[in-house]
Amino acid sequence: MLRLVIRRLLQLIPTLLGLSVLLFLWLNRLPGGPASAILGERATEADVARINRALGLDQPVYVQYWRFLKRIAELDLGTSTQTGQPVWDEFTLRFPATVELSIAAMIIAVVVGVPLGYLAARKRGGWLDVASVSGSLVGICIPVFFLAMILRGIFSVELGIFPSYGRLSTGIDATSVTGLATLDGILTGEFDATWDAIMHLILPAITLASIPLAVIVRMTRASVLEVVGEDYIRTAVSKGLEQKVVRGRHILRNALLPVITAIGLLTGSLLSGAVLTESVFTFGGIGSFIRTAIDARDYPVLVGFIMFIAMIYVLINLLVDLAYSLIDPRVRVH
Amino acid sequence: MTTSTKTAKIDRLAELTAQNETTSGASLWREAFRRLKTNKMAIIGAAIIAVFIVMAIVGPWLAPHSATALTWKSEVLVNQGKFVDSPRGGNWFGLDHLGRDTFSRFLIGARQTLLVGVVSMLIGLIVGAVIGAASGAAATLGGRLGQKIDTVIMRVVDMMLALPSLLLAVSIAAVMGQSLTTVMIAVGVVQIPIFARLLRGSMLAQGSKDYVLAAQSLGIRKRRIVVTNILPNSLSPVIVQATLSLATAIIEAAALSYLGLGNPDPAVPEWGVMLSQAQRFFEHAPMMAVYPAVGIIITALGFTLLGEAMREALDPKLRG
Repeated sequence: MLRLVIRRLLQLIPTLLGLSVLLFLWLNRLPGGPASAILGERATEADVARINRALGLDQPVYVQYWRFLKRIAELDLGTSTQTGQPVWDEFTLRFPATVELSIAAMIIAVVVGVPLGYLAARKRGGWLDVASVSGSLVGICIPVFFLAMILRGIFSVELGIFPSYGRLSTGIDATSVTGLATLDGILTGEFDATWDAIMHLILPAITLASIPLAVIVRMTRASVLEVVGEDYIRTAVSKGLEQKVVRGRHILRNALLPVITAIGLLTGSLLSGAVLTESVFTFGGIGSFIRTAIDARDYPVLVGFIMFIAMIYVLINLLVDLAYSLIDPRVRVH
Repeated sequence: MTTSTKTAKIDRLAELTAQNETTSGASLWREAFRRLKTNKMAIIGAAIIAVFIVMAIVGPWLAPHSATALTWKSEVLVNQGKFVDSPRGGNWFGLDHLGRDTFSRFLIGARQTLLVGVVSMLIGLIVGAVIGAASGAAATLGGRLGQKIDTVIMRVVDMMLALPSLLLAVSIAAVMGQSLTTVMIAVGVVQIPIFARLLRGSMLAQGSKDYVLAAQSLGIRKRRIVVTNILPNSLSPVIVQATLSLATAIIEAAALSYLGLGNPDPAVPEWGVMLSQAQRFFEHAPMMAVYPAVGIIITALGFTLLGEAMREALDPKLRG
């Protein structure tokens, strides 16, 4: 197991290096270069030269790349041109909100998706099957931000059931411990804050859950259908095992293997959806921040964000691989 | 490399045609087509696509009004929250925030939407297929060098696949600035690794088939077999993926527009751009957003339905 972890960690190095080269080239391709991004369009040539010297841009490319690498290794992603704060600090400040939203969305997707997919497969061709298959097709085809706009329009603006923006209502005084608003309230005993945070979380989480939910329903359904047809299920039934045991231990457990992998990896891709969802609900996580960074052409933030999500994505991939080898012994042999 | 659903899905699709018993591409497709004709999903999908394509071709000529003329400007008062977003005589889809006819913009926008989808899919398909074919050919022809080339190419492809596609597209678009070309390139580039991995996998699966061995024992050179047999036989999964990619391309183009990276030219309406413009007025004029959004959803659904049905028709395991 330890050897597997070490091997996988070593395999990460070329991937991250390759990414850093791409990002470095990307930074150098920025319109007008970093100097005019900092100085604006009315910079004089002398100013540009001064900034270039200060940033080391007059050095050979490989020296620049080495410096770039060193800065990334030190988690120095530059300074946001919007806020003037270090990009890394901006991210760590906002990341808990995005994590909270993603976890909530994933819980919804799994709790609803796995049983729905299982039932759809068991009653193949029935109304539930048809409804969940067509529902998941539509779910994949709805632009996330449109779903967000519709839900917000109906349940917040028209009906007023849920708050329409932010993470906490104004006037709610919550102590921040972990940065996860729902958890903080429980830890500090401020249950009104927790309740408020949950109400703020529901609509964005449902929106963000739409795509993983659709994927999980379809995967569970396909996986269960495949497992039901296997020889060992017939064996289990013919040797007189109780239906409950066959379903629980034989069908569900085997069918869930690919679904678990999918769940882990979908968590990474939730970040894309989070950018869109957060910006509709002005949720205050990394997603909303990126939206404004795009509008303001805040390149240090954009570059840092890509490196940041790449790292998270790669790490999640690694964790999923390791989890998988724990669940499925066959993987370990290879 | 790491296992992932994305790659697993691509690899499964790649192996499909190789699992079929027929060796000639034509009869395989004929059989698949026969199955498709009886599939409700495929028929609905194809019908939606047909309507969409006809609309994209003739829409701009059928549009009753200009896409840019601010004909009813005086009737829409944005500052006072006065909108005309529901249907009325002469303006079937109402007016937009500048007093333009939404129905005309919708019809004209169909062509742009199709264009964005097709061009970005083609960028991904062509570049991806070239990379995939090179990698697949190198691996099939074998030799130490061939294996090495294949490994290097696939490492790069897997690295690209490891990034969330929308965010990759956003970063490309953010650098290139706001334009229609940007959207098409950004959405297209994201598709490249998918097509590359798919075609390579499909070629490898074909390479281990009996007919390749037969051709080899007849004394035909391997290089020739790759070009005349393996490559053509490997294309069906690519066609399936191309259909599915059109759906994702249209949705992702809309997302880029929403993030403010779409085409800024008001003379060329596009559903994604219309939707992103409508979001600011959503509380007062929700229908303004609903029309383009429904257009996008139904079109994407059409391509998804047809693509999924094609995949099922080709997949021996899913056949009833």
